Amino acid sequence: MQLTNRSKQVSNKQMTLAERAYLPAIATGLAITIKHFFAKKVTIQYPEVKRYLGPVFRGRHILKRDAEGRERCTACGLCAVACPAEAISMVASERVKGEENLYREEKYAAVYEVNMLRCIFCGLCEEACPKQAVYLRHDEFVPVFTERDQVIWGKDLLVEDMNNRYTREAWTKEEARALDAKRASGEVTSVVPRAIP
Amino acid sequence: MDLVEFLVKTSTIVAVFGLTLVIAMYSTWAERKVAGFIQDRSGPNRAGWGGLLQPLADAGKMFFKEDFIPALANKWLFIAGPSLAMLTALLASAVIPFGSTFRVAGHEVALQGVESNIGILYVFGVVALGVYGIMVGGWASNNKFSLLGAIRAASQNISYEVAMGLSLIAILMMSSSLSLGEIVAQQHGMNWNIFYQPLGFIIFITCSFAECNRVPFDLPECETELVGGYHTEYGSMKLGFYLFAEYINMFISSAIISVLYFGGYNYPGMDFVYEQLVKSFGTETGHNIATLIGTAVFFGKALFFVFFYMWVRWTIPRFRYDQLMNLGWKKLIPLAIFNIIITGAAVLFLKPVITAWLN
Amino acid sequence: MNSAVSFFYFLSFLTILSAVMVVVSRNPIHSVLYLILTFFTLSGHYILLNAQFLAAVNIIVYAGAIMVLFLFVIMFLNMKQDQEEAKTNLTKIAATIVGGTVFVILFGAYRKTAIAPFDPQTYDSQIGMIESLGHMLFREYLLPFELASILLLVAMVGAVLLGKREIGERHF
Repeated sequence: MQLTNRSKQVSNKQMTLAERAYLPAIATGLAITIKHFFAKKVTIQYPEVKRYLGPVFRGRHILKRDAEGRERCTACGLCAVACPAEAISMVASERVKGEENLYREEKYAAVYEVNMLRCIFCGLCEEACPKQAVYLRHDEFVPVFTERDQVIWGKDLLVEDMNNRYTREAWTKEEARALDAKRASGEVTSVVPRAIP
Repeated sequence: MDLVEFLVKTSTIVAVFGLTLVIAMYSTWAERKVAGFIQDRSGPNRAGWGGLLQPLADAGKMFFKEDFIPALANKWLFIAGPSLAMLTALLASAVIPFGSTFRVAGHEVALQGVESNIGILYVFGVVALGVYGIMVGGWASNNKFSLLGAIRAASQNISYEVAMGLSLIAILMMSSSLSLGEIVAQQHGMNWNIFYQPLGFIIFITCSFAECNRVPFDLPECETELVGGYHTEYGSMKLGFYLFAEYINMFISSAIISVLYFGGYNYPGMDFVYEQLVKSFGTETGHNIATLIGTAVFFGKALFFVFFYMWVRWTIPRFRYDQLMNLGWKKLIPLAIFNIIITGAAVLFLKPVITAWLN
Repeated sequence: MNSAVSFFYFLSFLTILSAVMVVVSRNPIHSVLYLILTFFTLSGHYILLNAQFLAAVNIIVYAGAIMVLFLFVIMFLNMKQDQEEAKTNLTKIAATIVGGTVFVILFGAYRKTAIAPFDPQTYDSQIGMIESLGHMLFREYLLPFELASILLLVAMVGAVLLGKREIGERHF
């Protein structure tokens, strides 16, 4: 039975003189390595050059704001429940009068913390969120931390900056599928990423 | 020997000494660069431009590590090991002719540490001593793995010295001189020994790979079998000396190869260049410039062979120990003896015929 | 005293010192290393006598090959200080007598020998060089030279025969 067409029949036949002399084989090997010597290098100089990781990469978390700049999170706790690593914790609070431009819902997360050492970047929080508030960015990693107190990220790091909004081509599963279908049929080639879901 | 000659000789020796060290230092950089390039990577490129400060960083690291001597090691011999390795590695460059002569104030001084009529034997003797550094260090570590590595190195070096010496004899039969300067001078005018001694060259270069403990014969160092090799117990600059000595040996043997087989400082069109330079700069300056060009050519050849060492290292898998011994004793030595017989016959019978036919 | 003579005394001192250390040192590895040093100083003497070929060959053959094999064997022996067999007084006395007798004989022999007269006019300083050595060996002493090489060849064949594995014999 042949599983791949790359398999090779091994033979134990007597080597020819040229094979036993070993030098022609060495010359062939040297030719191969010198070819690689002048070949283009595949290395990406990481901190200076960053490779595009694709639209589905799951990087660091972000707590989205809506188009008017209000936090979308309503502190329902579904993300914390969905999280298999139990990395998310939050404290809910009630919106008081005058804060309507800060929080979209009547209940909001006063504290929202992600333990980046526990997080496994599975993306289940993203799927669990009914308000489309928590996302894993596709374009940014969690940076290296060197101190213990850098591990737990609070709202100061997680909430989206309105001046530098996080953009994506598609924000929901349905949108992404529709986009894929359009791409497959050749209708669309590039979509300008947008911020608001 | 008067003052001018003394000064030129001294500056030659100091320059050669410094150059050997610098070349050995940058060989470590080049080794990693070549390894990277051959494996489609770019090698070290963070320290300085193109990673050029990497050897300095490594040396700095080596110096600042703890200089540790194991409790049950023989202290004096433990220190003597790397020192001997370094000493023997550096000794050999004394007789290598790096260029033809230098004319200063009416004196003609050869660009060579010592012009000796037993030059090649001296090199051979120093190479034979090279194994002591490894053996003494390996034994003094008081560690069975180190000892085994040292024993491996010693037996490998002794075995391959025989074949190396025999392949040299063919060269000596042709040049009928043991002086390296004389051997180089005889190869003037594209009369390079490689054209007459291809078999001898292959034997010699194989043996020099084995003598330098380089891949495919780097059996003395082996992580899987010997933990590390003869330098298992070494750290800090003492380990650095061992590694450094290996690179110096590599450069020296490359230089010897280019002297013996590739005409040393000779290059095609040498006489034409010499005439032009003498015509335009005068007999003294022109001569000196021509000598310097020859020296540059020599270093080019030697560095090419250093590159060749690295190239082979990243191409060929290593031999097994019994294969190594079989190759040395059962293949290379008979081949070298065969080469001697062929050369002797050619010198005796073929050479008169060809010279008679040419005239 | 010119520099060559003072250098000669220094070398002789070093030679005798290291030769004594070969006998005196308790660690066999140290003995071997001192013996290597002795060979080096002997090569130094050869160079002082303008016999460069002899010096180089001495280093290659003795220091480079034979002593490496000595070192080899001794390293494998794994000698410990406490395992050293106790020598009886009788052995010690016998060894002293034998050694002393040999020394006395040698001393007597050297005392009687006349050193060859030195004539600066006819002395050829190049006599130890490899060219003259080669002429001497391959012209006047060709037969002894070839006989010595045959002896070495026979020894080599013998060694190969001894080391050869016989049919059916396994060493591992």
